[in-house]
Amino acid sequence: MNNPDAASTADSKIERAISENHPALITYVTAGDPSLEDTKAYVEALDRGGADLIELGLPFSEPIAEGPTIQAAINRALEAGTTPDGFFELVEDLETEAPLLVMTYYNMVLQYGTGEASRVSDSRAVEPRDGPDVRPFVERAAEAGLAGIIVPDLPAEEADPLREACDDHGLDLVFIVAPTTDGERLERIMSQVTGFAYVQARLGTTGARADVSGATHESLERLADYDVPKAVGFGVSEGAHATEIVEAGADGVIVGSALIDIIASSDGTDEAVGALEAKAAELKAGALDGVGDPGGTDRDAPEPEHP
Amino acid sequence: MSTGDQTDRRDSEATFGEYGGRYVPEALMPAILELEDAYERYVLENEDGFMDEFRERMREFGGRPTPLQRADRLSERYDREIYLKREDLLHGGAHKLNNALGQVLLAKYMGKERIIAETGAGQHGTATAMAAAHLEMPCEIYMGRTDINRQRPNVYRIRMNGAEVNSVTAGSGTLKEAINETMRDWATTVETTHYVIGSVVGPHPFPKLVRDFQSVIGKEAREQVREQAGRLPDSVVACAGGGSNTMGAFHAFVPDTDVDLYAVEAGGSSLEIDEAEGLAPNSATLSTGTDGVLHGAMTKLLQQRDGQIVESHSVSAGLDYAGVGPELAHLVDTDRVTPVSVDDETALEGFHRLSRLEGIIPALESSHALGYVEEAHEDLGELVVVNVSGRGDKDLETVLEETEKRDLEAAPDVEVFTSE
Repeated sequence: MNNPDAASTADSKIERAISENHPALITYVTAGDPSLEDTKAYVEALDRGGADLIELGLPFSEPIAEGPTIQAAINRALEAGTTPDGFFELVEDLETEAPLLVMTYYNMVLQYGTGEASRVSDSRAVEPRDGPDVRPFVERAAEAGLAGIIVPDLPAEEADPLREACDDHGLDLVFIVAPTTDGERLERIMSQVTGFAYVQARLGTTGARADVSGATHESLERLADYDVPKAVGFGVSEGAHATEIVEAGADGVIVGSALIDIIASSDGTDEAVGALEAKAAELKAGALDGVGDPGGTDRDAPEPEHP
Repeated sequence: MSTGDQTDRRDSEATFGEYGGRYVPEALMPAILELEDAYERYVLENEDGFMDEFRERMREFGGRPTPLQRADRLSERYDREIYLKREDLLHGGAHKLNNALGQVLLAKYMGKERIIAETGAGQHGTATAMAAAHLEMPCEIYMGRTDINRQRPNVYRIRMNGAEVNSVTAGSGTLKEAINETMRDWATTVETTHYVIGSVVGPHPFPKLVRDFQSVIGKEAREQVREQAGRLPDSVVACAGGGSNTMGAFHAFVPDTDVDLYAVEAGGSSLEIDEAEGLAPNSATLSTGTDGVLHGAMTKLLQQRDGQIVESHSVSAGLDYAGVGPELAHLVDTDRVTPVSVDDETALEGFHRLSRLEGIIPALESSHALGYVEEAHEDLGELVVVNVSGRGDKDLETVLEETEKRDLEAAPDVEVFTSE
């Protein structure tokens, strides 16, 4: 598990979920938007609809990698009082076939546990606030049953402490590969990534778009020789996008903002639940359409032939 | 561009003790490494005569060196020698031009086509817009809505120089939100655009790059004080928000361990954090913050126990920030810099006092440093250098409004202004 040269792990829940359900649908929602109770219903709807992996956002007040849609969702979740402890309790409550990952910013990982220690302490002089540490978060994530972690503001250069803690607790650490990533940095990321490589389809922040970026194809080509599943996100909103991305050679398709749009525009929880389940089904069907051989599950298969 | 060996060496140079680093989205990393390469070549090694051109332009366009002025009335008042480093006399009216001109010129050397920047008080936005106009670069400035309202003169100046002002409405509409939005723009346009960070904050190499451009303040002051007073000062006092004028004033004095360095933060109305509301009625990060990661660096932050960043407050928009430069955090931890703070009222008193006694209207940021000298002059030694980081024209509306609410000893009767 601690082999940095072959970070991809044989017993990864995430890798298994992707290979068994190839091409995989990976969905994102922000936990607590608009409440943790609603999030439970939404995640279970996505699971029923066909999501093979589910990313749950733990909201951070300064989400610099997100576009307006997810930023607004994070604001709603924070206004609803979403806390890390509430988040982990939600994870424990959820019953899904799809493994769950947490997506959050590094400061949230660093601070977890440190504040609580001093808050319950009667004497701050005896027990001062601990310094930031990634381990309490990773321990709690593993205990709650999460399969992996994505931290968009943690580049591979700074990730050693989190990488080690994740290895110790059997969690995957997913890294993002951007259209600007190549050469030595690409090597470095791919040697650290476990679960899947999150291929950022275009420069910029998250957000639903009307088309699939040309950068997707180039990024997937650069990654072709690495034996880790590759999933494409940033801008994916429709079944047809999923088809195109899988045709381009991706093992998975990641959808976030398009789902948040549904949550934000629905008239009540029930309507959102129905719409999310239907959207997941559409996206999963779209992804399956991208596979040339409908029975094939070998992600190393050559480019599918179009009929 | 870089070998594996270089990458390892760079990593160790990216931090100040436990602070600093590069905590940014992957899309920005290549640009940050490219900037680091440019920093080493052009700034540290003067490749293609970059630093020569920068210094020449700072002289001709910027008006350097700025004077170190003996403040006669203050010296008399406190019965010690008070010298003012007059960065308010720099072109644009604040120390910000040192960094803005340096970075816009660097962007030009790097072949970038567009400049973006964030601004709080508007001084950095103004300086960047001026530098961009001077060097013929298109420029967009992100500014929080609250700050736009309280710093209108600078909004006009930015526009006069041909730059766009993008209003940021998220959160409390101050510097923190403006930085978030500028980072988002940069993540989309990183291949052609340079982000001129306005303080010694952000991912490596920004804290060092900005410090190096600003270090001219302390270098000049150190030479000037030796020439004019015959010795080094007992203390140097500068206000600290993000910390660019602070690091600029302090850097040359750091090895002079007999010189005490005081970073004066905005104490606002109270030093406590309201955890329930997620608010700090202050911006005293060095004095009260805890370690964490914000805007690309590990540093001291105003944050809740679970890691959410709180909204800071200062009567001065330029100090209103929940983070602080990582090098400054390190200098505080190693006891080289003493963090202190004064409240809004003391800063306003400082503003009025300098205006009336010395004929210098200081920025509200600098007024914190002046307020601290009033409070603590007996502890500052016989020879004190205060960095007047900028002029206060931009703050007049705020000062009138805030003065009217209070009974301030040093203030003129502001009803005369507001009734007109």
